[in-house]
Amino acid sequence: MPVDVIMPQMGESIFEGTITKWLKKPGEHVERDEPLFEISTDKVDAEIPAPSGGILKEIKVGEGQTVPIQTVVGVIDADGQSTAAVSSKAEAPAPAEARMDIDRAMPPALTDLQSPKPPAPPTRANGDKIRSSPLVRRLAREHGIDLRQVQGSGAGGRVSKKDILAAIAGGGLERSVAAPPEAEGPAVTPAATPPPVGVSGGQVRVVLENAVPRERMYFGRYEVQPMSVMRQRIAEHMLASKRVSPHVYSLDEVDMTRIVELRQNTKSEFEKRHELKLTFMPFFIRACIEGIRGFPVMNSSVDGTNVILHREINIGVAVALDWGLIVPVIKNAEEKNFLGLQRAVTDLAERARTKKLKPEEVQEGTFSITNPGIFGGLMGLPVISQPNVAILGLGMIQKRPVVINDAIAIRSMVYLTLSYDHRVVDGAIAHQFMRKVKGALENWNESII
Amino acid sequence: MAQVTFLEAVRQALFEEMERDPTVILLGEDVGVYGGAFKVSAGLLERFGWERVIDTPISETAIIGAAVGMSYAGLRPIAEMQFIDFIACCFNQLTNFVAKSHYRWGAPVPIVVRGPSGGGVHGGPFHSANPEMHFVHTPGLKVVYPSTAFDAKGLLKAAIRDNNPVLFFEHKFLYRRIKEEIPSEDYTVPIGKAAIRREGRDLTIISYAAMAHTSLEAAEKLAKDGIEAEVLDLRTLFPLDRETILASVRKTNKLLVVHEDTRTGGIAGEIAAIVCEEAFEELDGPILRVTSLDTPVPYAPPLEERFLPNVGKVVAAAQELARY
Repeated sequence: MPVDVIMPQMGESIFEGTITKWLKKPGEHVERDEPLFEISTDKVDAEIPAPSGGILKEIKVGEGQTVPIQTVVGVIDADGQSTAAVSSKAEAPAPAEARMDIDRAMPPALTDLQSPKPPAPPTRANGDKIRSSPLVRRLAREHGIDLRQVQGSGAGGRVSKKDILAAIAGGGLERSVAAPPEAEGPAVTPAATPPPVGVSGGQVRVVLENAVPRERMYFGRYEVQPMSVMRQRIAEHMLASKRVSPHVYSLDEVDMTRIVELRQNTKSEFEKRHELKLTFMPFFIRACIEGIRGFPVMNSSVDGTNVILHREINIGVAVALDWGLIVPVIKNAEEKNFLGLQRAVTDLAERARTKKLKPEEVQEGTFSITNPGIFGGLMGLPVISQPNVAILGLGMIQKRPVVINDAIAIRSMVYLTLSYDHRVVDGAIAHQFMRKVKGALENWNESII
Repeated sequence: MAQVTFLEAVRQALFEEMERDPTVILLGEDVGVYGGAFKVSAGLLERFGWERVIDTPISETAIIGAAVGMSYAGLRPIAEMQFIDFIACCFNQLTNFVAKSHYRWGAPVPIVVRGPSGGGVHGGPFHSANPEMHFVHTPGLKVVYPSTAFDAKGLLKAAIRDNNPVLFFEHKFLYRRIKEEIPSEDYTVPIGKAAIRREGRDLTIISYAAMAHTSLEAAEKLAKDGIEAEVLDLRTLFPLDRETILASVRKTNKLLVVHEDTRTGGIAGEIAAIVCEEAFEELDGPILRVTSLDTPVPYAPPLEERFLPNVGKVVAAAQELARY
């Protein structure tokens, strides 16, 4: 019997997915749970396992196409099993089951500007919610029936077992208008499913447009490379951030000598004791937490004329990847000790590089840190990762001659840059915040072992 | 085949098992000379003598303690609670000792604890209890609660022959109201198997004991409205017959559980959980319950009437579920 393959929901606030690659061709045999196709969504890329073993009968949504979640993208002719056995396999692969390859995942996307909402339940044309039951929904899925087409005779217009059985027996009804006539099995077409996107008012919609006519771009010898989905999302996100948030930049420099020495002296014991490399990042995170405690507005989001002051301090740390950029988030960083911060930083970065992050681990950041210094940058002026209001950039730590008490000394120095949203953060606050961060670093006195 | 009452079926099971196996002993309050408060053990003392039919002092803990000791010594005692309400006195012995003895020390306790239970006879709060769920929740005990004379006899025989401790509840409302033909030859009914009392396609009503009869009556009324209810009699509460329950729900897709036990913590909740875990996608409606209220059993007849489930309440819930 035919089993529908659907576009799964890969996380809250994700309403559509793009099929990047089919790993099987129609007519090929597929095992249950064998990777069947690859998708790319706003947040993660993933391989989706086959919901059932059998022959891939039909591909309804081709590579490169973007469809709402729950759309039937293909049909598997399941092996000759009993109905009961197949029914359990016909379920959509739950996000937890799908193997997460965070391949080209990305910084918190624009959709984060709106509060995460579960997808709206399917509704009738007049907006009424379709009421059914677990049994009815399973039968509808197995037979590819669009419940909006079925009249409900149960209490309050509920589609009951009787109604769905009549619809199945009647046939025809479930073949929705746009279904290709040659399609053997009944199908719900993407067109028949409303995109359940609930756009809240005020969100900026960004279209990647050209600054000059395209004719002026194509000349001489060239190669055209389409952007990956991740690249497109980064582009949209950066554009929206710059458009919405008036960026202001503050610079300061910090004498890191004390911390450099501390790290040098403690490094090997720390690594031996915790089997963990000791990096500079936890020092900066801890210093930012100090700064945020003094100036909570640095840890906020802006919704129209409301400023949302977050109680949790969730620090996003940008991780550069060979294939892009991702910002995993250390949740409740204010509750972690130094060792806990180092562990979280190492773990998230490692999993970012091995594509093992979960969608929720790149969401709900409240402040971010980026580190152009590791690539030798003296300083960088980052773009705010929305919906934050500030991002701290770390330059390279290098020895420089510094004047102290009218003498020239050799000190380990770093430039810190703060990009912030002038809608809610003024220069006075930003500079005081920076002084606080600077003070925490220069007067570091916390044991780190 | 002769017409016998539920009570007579229990008496026959005791009599025949004591005939069959000299290690079977009956002990309890007034079970000997008086023949039992409900006359369940009438004639046993005369037939088997005072060493095998023992009148005990009014101490339920002594009864269970003695029964356990006898079982360790190789006997198969049947301990009667004059009213099952008093089994609460033995809660520690049953849950901490009887239930765990085999598990902990490899020492089986082949006893049966039986007694009259249930309400509907204006017995009031101390003579109407349905304490089955205390023991269903205690791993190591089997809990049996029959609804027919045939089952009462066959299940009691199976309980006596079982090497595990078995609690055997006899609904006193059924003692003299149920009358049916049962075979004269020896038979047992397996513990752990439910029975489909009535086939139906529209919804399943799961029940046991006196409420199985209430549910059957309700099903007849519903049939007049064109609603065909399947009635499942659990017969054994632990181990629960999950297969039969799930098969019926998979057939009708709607489930109503009816029990005389009070609502919170009753077996309906457990059955609902099993069905949700195993057959969620078979459900075409919410799982409903008709149960007693969460109060002690009232004495006053109008209050008891309000407290207990009855045919009207079952019909109303079933109609609501059918319409859903």
